[in-house]
Amino acid sequence: MTKKAFIKVMLKEEVLDPQGKAVLSVLKSSGYNNVKDVRVGKYIEIDMEDGKSGSLENEAEEISEKVLSNPLIEEFSIEIK
Amino acid sequence: MNNKNIKAGITVFPGSNCDADVYRVLNAVFGVNASFIWHKDKIKDLKKYDFIVIPGGFSYGDYLRSGALAARSPIMELVKDYAVKGGITLGICNGFQILLEAGLLGGVMLANDSLKFECKDVYLKTLNTDTPFTCAVKKNSVLKMPIAHHDGNYFATGSIIGGLNKKNGIIFKYCDEKGQITAGSNPNGSLHNIAGISNETGNVMGLMPHPERSSEKILGSEDGGWIFKSMIKYVKEK
Repeated sequence: MTKKAFIKVMLKEEVLDPQGKAVLSVLKSSGYNNVKDVRVGKYIEIDMEDGKSGSLENEAEEISEKVLSNPLIEEFSIEIK
Repeated sequence: MNNKNIKAGITVFPGSNCDADVYRVLNAVFGVNASFIWHKDKIKDLKKYDFIVIPGGFSYGDYLRSGALAARSPIMELVKDYAVKGGITLGICNGFQILLEAGLLGGVMLANDSLKFECKDVYLKTLNTDTPFTCAVKKNSVLKMPIAHHDGNYFATGSIIGGLNKKNGIIFKYCDEKGQITAGSNPNGSLHNIAGISNETGNVMGLMPHPERSSEKILGSEDGGWIFKSMIKYVKEK
């Protein structure tokens, strides 16, 4: 059965996020002085079935770790529906 | 051995844009027999090549992460096999990012700490001249080459840096004109001013600046030529 994996990839807290900084500065200059910080990440939707590493959950985990994120600087979360 | 008997392969991905520069320098300046390898070329292995260059550019539009998609393309399986067997492999700029993503070198490139695309000449101190990429360079030489990148801020964990130090794997550091390794001469925030590193066995190097854009007098510096001269020397003496 085909399901959808929704994967969110964010830079780790301690890693500089230039996109977030740029958006933050634009929001501030647009008058949103209540905005304190912005982080920009990636959101990925995958239609998939159970695959070669067993369950769909395991495979989504493997894809996220090996391809969609770089574990040195990023972390990910997965939701399957 | 004549230079024209040296075979060099230049990998080309969608979005590579320094491939023709590397081709020109190797063929027209140094007389090497260099040819392109398209990422989808149906070839079995790369063993006919004396060395491989992964040129700079924006492979796959830098989608996902710089170098991430190219690192997982079919030709990179052959490059991995070639490199693991000791093949001389140089990655320049995006080529460096691809080698990191492919796991052939340790660490990762973050966005420049200036948050800007940095395009200018920099100075590099040569820390290890006992490599296929620097064997024609005098130790501690300062080389002038241009950089052109957004994600060149090298970062690695303590254990990766420890491993690099143990094997003299830090080949180039950003420095000033006089060779002083200072914070002011670091163009992108790279950890320890790192500009170029090699793998444990020394046959794979990633270099952020562009030697192919500084191998002819008319381009303002010929210092980058020392990288290619070294590789040619190494192949001849092997």
